[in-house]
Amino acid sequence: MQIARETLLRSYRAMRTIRMFEERLHVEFATGEIPGFVHLYCGEEASAVGVCANLTDKDTIASTHRGHGHCIAKGVEVSGMMAEIYGRSTGVCRGKGGSMHIADLTCGMLGANGIVGGGPPLICGAALSHKTLRNGGVAVAFYGDGASNEGSTLESLNLATVWKLPAVFVVEDNGYGEATGASYACAGTQQARAAAFGMPYMECDGSDYFAVHQAAGEAIAHARGGNGPVMLHVHLARWYGHFEGDAMTYRAPDEVAEARRDHDCLKLFRQRVTEAALFEVSALDEIDTAVADEIEAAVRKAKSDPLPQSPDLLADVYVRY
Amino acid sequence: MSKKSFRQAINEALRQEMRRDPTVVLMGEDVAGGRGGSAGIKDAWGGVLGVTRGLLEEFGDSRVLDTPITEASYIGAAAGAAVTGLRPVAELMFVDFVGCCLDQIMNQAAKFRYMFGGKARTPLVIRAMYGAGFNAAAQHSQALYPLFTHIPGLKVVIPSSPYEAKGLLISAIRDDDPVIFLENKVMYDDEEDVPDEAYTIPLGEANLTREGTDVTIVAFGRMVGYANQAADRLEKKGISCTVIDPRTTSPLDGETILESVAETGRLVIVDESSPRCNMATDIAALVAEEAFDTLRAPIRRVVPPHTPVPFATVLETLYLPSVEKIEAAVTATMKHRVVEKV
Repeated sequence: MQIARETLLRSYRAMRTIRMFEERLHVEFATGEIPGFVHLYCGEEASAVGVCANLTDKDTIASTHRGHGHCIAKGVEVSGMMAEIYGRSTGVCRGKGGSMHIADLTCGMLGANGIVGGGPPLICGAALSHKTLRNGGVAVAFYGDGASNEGSTLESLNLATVWKLPAVFVVEDNGYGEATGASYACAGTQQARAAAFGMPYMECDGSDYFAVHQAAGEAIAHARGGNGPVMLHVHLARWYGHFEGDAMTYRAPDEVAEARRDHDCLKLFRQRVTEAALFEVSALDEIDTAVADEIEAAVRKAKSDPLPQSPDLLADVYVRY
Repeated sequence: MSKKSFRQAINEALRQEMRRDPTVVLMGEDVAGGRGGSAGIKDAWGGVLGVTRGLLEEFGDSRVLDTPITEASYIGAAAGAAVTGLRPVAELMFVDFVGCCLDQIMNQAAKFRYMFGGKARTPLVIRAMYGAGFNAAAQHSQALYPLFTHIPGLKVVIPSSPYEAKGLLISAIRDDDPVIFLENKVMYDDEEDVPDEAYTIPLGEANLTREGTDVTIVAFGRMVGYANQAADRLEKKGISCTVIDPRTTSPLDGETILESVAETGRLVIVDESSPRCNMATDIAALVAEEAFDTLRAPIRRVVPPHTPVPFATVLETLYLPSVEKIEAAVTATMKHRVVEKV
């Protein structure tokens, strides 16, 4: 499938933005200035971006506790995300959600989610809305190999099939649910699970943007065409710990180094598009510089933005009291 | 206006709101019933107690959605549909089944608005039946409204009669927050005059079913009827009671309760939910804190014992509050004499 040049540039920029956003958080979190905890998406960028490049604002996604990448890929504004993570009133959730609950319904982002397996049922509902309102939208649930074992996820695979919903279930399999390997925690295979529900199954290498884009494009077209849900199994590597501060003693010393060396989605993307003479190296470097500036500005702004005020504590529990 | 059962009042509210607003959809286990069965019937049950019967025929299966027996996925789907443009009414059947899907109510639907900085609306209604008195035993008889009341972001409605049920359900459906709507399973055949047209009863405004001077009785759902019966009997003994039906436990119309206690100086709370951290303790705390000086006797709670709901009729009858127990509590509060401290 031919991908438009603008799409490629936009996707590269989104992947770079996620990478720099997360690497900066890695540095800033260590200073102790960021409240709570963060789960970084580095290494997995091509999954969120490759899938979301096939979506528009009228489509819906639900994310996970490792949600920054999905937010950026779906178009949530970066500066507002950074402010949110710093707990500022200018954050996309006015400082009341934090890293694990960034959401922007205006661009179809139903939220990062602090509950493993929380998203798939919501996506059944979003898909039902798309189907009932006949707005042509598709709903996509991102969830990890850990969440793939949750009853709520398995129930959702069943419900989406029974209701023939325009939904795509993207299993982001980074091999670990917290500190426990998927090889231990996941019985059988994702493929067999999809088959058990009579659901089409696709898989791809999550470090290859082009592979993800292609597979997701087919899965989303299938769902959008009214043919029911699809499972897309994306194989990934997580470059940092489950959360920041996780020493990752459960991973072999060379595992992350190898992923960074051989499976860096950005490096692979650059290689591919420059070898094919689609873009000059300098054009990509320019994007890198622009993104670095954007992240720097976002951090600087977040650090100096106003904190929430005491009336905010009581606001917005209900629409009407 | 005509006589309607509690069941018919709810059915009529659903029907009228579905006619009024095409985004209102129903979902739940056997809300129609019969799909996939060998008889080929598509509206076999209309809900396990027939509350939604006939709605499939009028609105079709894109708006009356039978679900598999998978509460987490369809209650979550209702929450997800609510934030993306629909106004779902999900039927959880027995409220006890919330054990299978609490995450989607407690951590998802209830939290969206606050957690997303006020940018979400979740117009969701979850209907469920509650209460003992049906020999349905421990897993099908609980009165779990305190559980939902405890969770900020949820509204909790407990109608006490067919008239109340219709007006409150219409309000709940039109409300933009997630509402838990709890129907006492013993009351479905109760009848009274209910207007044919649609009407609303505001959430968070208590109803005084009678006004008196000696004792304030606060009761919920089915217990409102018991409280009124007890008040009738007490009237004959010269004890005059106010009976307050708060209608909703969240929001709670504490003001009306406090105003009444200020007049009577005595409070009895009738609550059929388990006695620890229930509405009776909640209201007792409110009154103790805000109206201590107006009290002329200790607050009394008429509540079940801290046990699961038993099966055998004799035990279940012992378990539940009753007209006699309410009468005894009111009488006891009247006998209390305040002793001035020297």
